[in-house]
Amino acid sequence: MNLHTLTALELRSRLDRGSVKPQDILADLRGRYEAVEKKVMAFARPPSFEYRDGAAAGALKGIPVVIKDNICSQGDLTECCSKILKGFVAPYDATVVERLKKSGASIMGKANMDEFAFGSSCETSCFHPTRNPWNLDCVPGGSSGGSCACVVADEAIVALGSDTGGSIRQPASLCGVVGMKPTYGRVSRYGLVAFASSLDQIGPITKDVRDNALVLGVIAGHDDRDATSAHMDVPDYLAEMEKDIRGLRVAIPREYFVEGMDADVRQAMMEAKAKLESLGARFGEVRLPHTDYAVAVYYIIATAEASSNLARFDGVQYGLRQTGGSKDESALVGMYKETRDKGFGAEAKRRLILGTYVLSSGYYDAYYLRASRVRRLIREDFDKVFKEYDVVLTPTSPTPAFRIGEKMDNPLSMYLSDIYTISVNLAGVPAISVPCGFTGSGLPVGMQLIGRPFGETDLYRAAFHYEQGTSWHKQKPKL
Amino acid sequence: MPISRDDVKHIAHLARLGLTEEEISHFQGQLESILEYVDKLKTVDVSRVDPMTHVLDLKNVYRKDSVSPSIDPQAVLKIAPAAQGQFYKVPKVIE
Repeated sequence: MNLHTLTALELRSRLDRGSVKPQDILADLRGRYEAVEKKVMAFARPPSFEYRDGAAAGALKGIPVVIKDNICSQGDLTECCSKILKGFVAPYDATVVERLKKSGASIMGKANMDEFAFGSSCETSCFHPTRNPWNLDCVPGGSSGGSCACVVADEAIVALGSDTGGSIRQPASLCGVVGMKPTYGRVSRYGLVAFASSLDQIGPITKDVRDNALVLGVIAGHDDRDATSAHMDVPDYLAEMEKDIRGLRVAIPREYFVEGMDADVRQAMMEAKAKLESLGARFGEVRLPHTDYAVAVYYIIATAEASSNLARFDGVQYGLRQTGGSKDESALVGMYKETRDKGFGAEAKRRLILGTYVLSSGYYDAYYLRASRVRRLIREDFDKVFKEYDVVLTPTSPTPAFRIGEKMDNPLSMYLSDIYTISVNLAGVPAISVPCGFTGSGLPVGMQLIGRPFGETDLYRAAFHYEQGTSWHKQKPKL
Repeated sequence: MPISRDDVKHIAHLARLGLTEEEISHFQGQLESILEYVDKLKTVDVSRVDPMTHVLDLKNVYRKDSVSPSIDPQAVLKIAPAAQGQFYKVPKVIE
């Protein structure tokens, strides 16, 4: 029946009419998985195609959902694609999972990712790299590469990812799906394995904008178990986004359209701008003068927070334990070191070393404190722009998908692939990536719409009307 | 800024990472080039800018002091590499 090719809302109406049962959807997804997963390798481990009926009857009743391997779901392996969490079965549900289940969704399985979300290519997973369904020699982006690849490959209906510096939006762009990084505080982080706590947000990855709004509406909202989750009502995104975009003020930041941008990406952006103009949006050029510092600020703050958060992986409470170490140290310190040496991959170690360095005595002021000050300047750049504009339009990624292995030996060039997405996390504002074209060689290009804090409604409005006037999101890779 | 092997060893100890000699050499060069890149922050005048550790204007967040269900300790101990009774088991600390 090809139910796996449909969106959640398309399935919703069939489920409501009774013409389709949840088990039918899962059967089609199983068929698709068996046909293409060998090529794509989007999952961390084989999913379950049994219908896990949450009994509740909500917006996602009967819809299977794939979640990233760093989001806890009770009774399921949650390993962050890291050897150090080998065998970790989550003893509780993340708040987003609890909310999905309450809305009737069936959790299908866990998607592949860069180890602990450290990466932009899905190559640092301890299991296997995921491949881009549009070109199997290319990466799907990362770190939520598995979540994005399984959605575009029709191995999933919708998926959740997490985004600390672009980890939902960059792979969404490289795979040709819709990915939203909500405002910091919009979605509870309880049960998300922490990477950088002041930057992390969970968000939906979907085949179109409507599904994205549907899923965000389910997972958003205050949660007592995450003190940083906002006491703000959740708008009816699906209803709000129908309003037209005549008069919507869209800013183009000069700093984002400079050297290093792929020619096909630039072309797609110009066409997207023309399309939005034809729908009634008004454009203006702005400056975000501290953009050039964002990657440097990010790699100090994110690694500093990660080095603190990942201290908990020490062989005591869960996951891997290795003993040994040198004779000069106690057996306990030896266990910590051996466990962490064997358990973490190269990128994780690199970030832990960098993060520990910038927080260490004598360097804290020069690195962490200075970066925290520049972070405020980046936020203030956005505050100024949003006094006069509703939305900022940029590319999501400077290039389309790159080849597997291309950037693995050069961490800095990998970090720079997040150059357009990182400022958004530092400023805590929301942003969505929407398919906006293809390169000459058939790889998807995504545009990023950035909004003011809690301005998700503006983003969905602009993205939805743009999507209605284009057909990029309907194109599918041949697998 | 030049980073020595001893610097990497010191940081690795602070991070409780037991690195091989090969890894130390590898990270020495990479750490140096990343630090060189982030040095561009030194060109920004931040003398009158307060650090921003968080995007939200939050102070202390309190919850009600009331009893609510929490995860069963046995379920948590069951996923530990080694546990005994109500405790995590670790290698001997005091000789």
